[in-house]
Amino acid sequence: MNRSIPVNVVLALLPVGIALGAVAFDEPFFVTLATRMAILALAATGLNLALGLGGLVSFGHAAFFGIGGYAAGILATHALYMQPILTWPVEIGGTDSMPAIWLVAVVVAGLVALGTGAISLRTSGVYFIMITLAFAQMIYYFAISWPAYGGEDGLSVPTRAVFPGVNTATPMGFFAVCYGALLVGVTIFAILRASRFGAALQAARQNETRLAAVGIAPFRIKLVAFVLSAMLTAVAGALFADLNRFASPSMMSWQMSGELIVLIILGGTGRLFGPVAGAVLFVLIEHLLGGATERWQLFLGLILLGVVLFARGGMVGLLAGKPRHG
Amino acid sequence: MSSALLIEQLLNGLQFGVMLFLMAAGLTLIFGVMGLINLAHGSFYMIGAFACAAVAAWTGSFWLGLVASLAAAAAAGAIVEILVVRRLYERDHLDQVLATFALILIFSEGTRWLFGSFPLYLDIPPVLSGAIPLPGGAQYPLYRLAIIAAGILVAIGLYLLISWTRIGMRIRAGESDREMIGALGVDIGSLYTLVFALGAALAGLAGAMVGALQSVQVGMGEPVLILAFVVIVIGGIGSIKGALVGAVLVGLVDTLGRLLLPKLFAIAMGPSEGATVGAAVASMLIYIVMALILALRPQGLFPANT
Amino acid sequence: MADPILAIRNLNKSFGALKATDDVSLDLRHGEIHALIGPNGAGKTTLIHQISGSLKPDAGRIEFMGADVTGLSLSQRARSGLGRSFQISSLALEFSALRNVMLAVQSYQGSSFRFFKPVMRDASLIDPAMAVLERVGIADRAHVAASELSHGERRKLEIAIALAMKSRAFLFDEPMAGMGPEGSKQLTTFLDELRGEAPILLVEHDMDAVFALADRISVLVYGRVIASGTVDEIRSDPEVRRAYLGEHAE
Repeated sequence: MNRSIPVNVVLALLPVGIALGAVAFDEPFFVTLATRMAILALAATGLNLALGLGGLVSFGHAAFFGIGGYAAGILATHALYMQPILTWPVEIGGTDSMPAIWLVAVVVAGLVALGTGAISLRTSGVYFIMITLAFAQMIYYFAISWPAYGGEDGLSVPTRAVFPGVNTATPMGFFAVCYGALLVGVTIFAILRASRFGAALQAARQNETRLAAVGIAPFRIKLVAFVLSAMLTAVAGALFADLNRFASPSMMSWQMSGELIVLIILGGTGRLFGPVAGAVLFVLIEHLLGGATERWQLFLGLILLGVVLFARGGMVGLLAGKPRHG
Repeated sequence: MSSALLIEQLLNGLQFGVMLFLMAAGLTLIFGVMGLINLAHGSFYMIGAFACAAVAAWTGSFWLGLVASLAAAAAAGAIVEILVVRRLYERDHLDQVLATFALILIFSEGTRWLFGSFPLYLDIPPVLSGAIPLPGGAQYPLYRLAIIAAGILVAIGLYLLISWTRIGMRIRAGESDREMIGALGVDIGSLYTLVFALGAALAGLAGAMVGALQSVQVGMGEPVLILAFVVIVIGGIGSIKGALVGAVLVGLVDTLGRLLLPKLFAIAMGPSEGATVGAAVASMLIYIVMALILALRPQGLFPANT
Repeated sequence: MADPILAIRNLNKSFGALKATDDVSLDLRHGEIHALIGPNGAGKTTLIHQISGSLKPDAGRIEFMGADVTGLSLSQRARSGLGRSFQISSLALEFSALRNVMLAVQSYQGSSFRFFKPVMRDASLIDPAMAVLERVGIADRAHVAASELSHGERRKLEIAIALAMKSRAFLFDEPMAGMGPEGSKQLTTFLDELRGEAPILLVEHDMDAVFALADRISVLVYGRVIASGTVDEIRSDPEVRRAYLGEHAE
């Protein structure tokens, strides 16, 4: 019996349902919640490429999330004040166009991931976890100590970036863009997972020696996965800064890295809609528990501990049964 | 720049390194013996600092506070090991990361619940509150020298414990062959609890000692934890010697980098811009050093068990 | 006579004070099965690891098809046509038998950096993989996860993977281990036919299989080759009888 298709459909539609319900009941705040779910789900889908498929436990993905956020903030600021970012060798100005911002976010995050990944992936296991954490902390401290773009105070995003054909200033318009980006992200994940590259990547997680013994070098496969993963997460970061109209160093903090992993685990690792389920659940816990008690993180900790110790398939695992392996 | 300033900063770097060593020694011991990555190690640092501050405020004695910090951190370590961590030894690293991340949330929020959101302050004990003269005319706080001395004593103590005692022999055996030590009839469960509590106590000691230099607050442990990770990645996971060398290296590089780099960049780029860039690069310096060492030696400077 | 396809020259490897490989030289020629035997702890697997590229020798040289491969990694040597099976089955356990073989087909066909076409709808991967599974006799188990396969089926899958890579030479590390008498017999017949396709360096404890299959035998004791020759030469070599066969006589 395979329940994963209906479960996936329900999960995919859940943020839409919440957003539409919010409009119907005139509770615009819930549109924001649904947008937050979609963005966090996209960020975690990016991480899921590395973590779920490749078994690369990156504890530093907040760095890429933050790079996306700062790309949005910096470009929008320069666009507003009409100051070029670079004057040499070519003049590059700011922009408030989302596709342009995403492109910059993807390129910068990809390059940073290429550099840090090339070093981190020389190691594995615990080393990899600690080194990705350390590199993210490095970028966090850099953001804090670089005063030009707000330093510790963060950088406000003066105007929300625009997307051709959509009014992103309205909550529903912006939600539609974020949700669309999530669907594209999930589709990319699904295509990659089914491809030759995905087969090699999943084999790298299961048995690296076997992969090498058939003649495929695991290092390059994992490095490409790490870079792609960082790129998706960076787009989510750009949207997150647009949502909050603020790029904050806390987007790059170790807590954020931890939360992205938590999202995946709450949903179920390697699952197509695991990050979506996780993000929905996480934002709901945050909202409901956060409304009920100031100490909601204490309960989040207890829930997480319970999931890790007793429910290892995550939420989708509970709903849809064990994953299939073709 | 005067030589007094340089000596002062060297000592500061050494003191920072010693403090990192106390954190890293526990982490690396726990990884070496049990194969566990423990993110909640920073929580023991925080618990030590809070226990010391609270007991010192209540009794008026820093020394009782210090004893309390060791006891509280060791007890918290033992309880965590028995209730949670021992279920994680056979799990993969991802589960260990998540469960210990959950423990951070629980400990941080729990501490905030008990003590509130305002930082506590801990006074330096009167005996150590003076300063001693440095060559060149400057003064250096006696308390920081005491931290350095305490760290060196702990390092010697750990060396003696591991090399010369029966428990140390079991720890070494546990590192090389977990099954063998079980087969020898050693109660492996209580050995693990003991090692975990010892590591926690060292972190608690570090937190208590540093608590008198900075404010005692929730979240103080994690930045130190991440630096301790850098230390053991540089030193080689599982190696106490690597932890010591890595800790002193990180302490000195960080402190001297923050002192020297802004000046160096100021020479190259002009005073204001140079100072800014220099400070930003200095904040990244230890991670750059880590990256360089890893590029050359992926297993760290002193790979423990290959 | 043609040059050997695989030539190992003066290989040395130590772990601390232990000399695991002590100045070993070996040849594998076209069309032959060269058996490598020796008591437990003689360093056979260590030697296979060095030949396949998962372990770096301290000194010495390995030539494959006329090229020096000593500096190449495991995956590079596999791509150049050196296929191996593992003493303890090493498979992608969550994948089905078919997908394990498809991985090898994919590697043989070239790049794994193809991001779009789903592998499970790619006949150019599935068909050759099924054909190989058919050949080793586990086609009916193609869609079963490797973790669910029996011990014997896993050993066959290992060989299927090496076949799917269209290897030019095989390194098989105890393929008969734990197969049972019936399975060993089947596999013996299979390997016998295989030698025409590509030569085999065979590490094996099953002496019946070794004497039935081997064109030549080398005997490894304490990391050293103490004798090398035809089956009859090895059977009658006094040093071999003393050092090795004598201990194992029933």
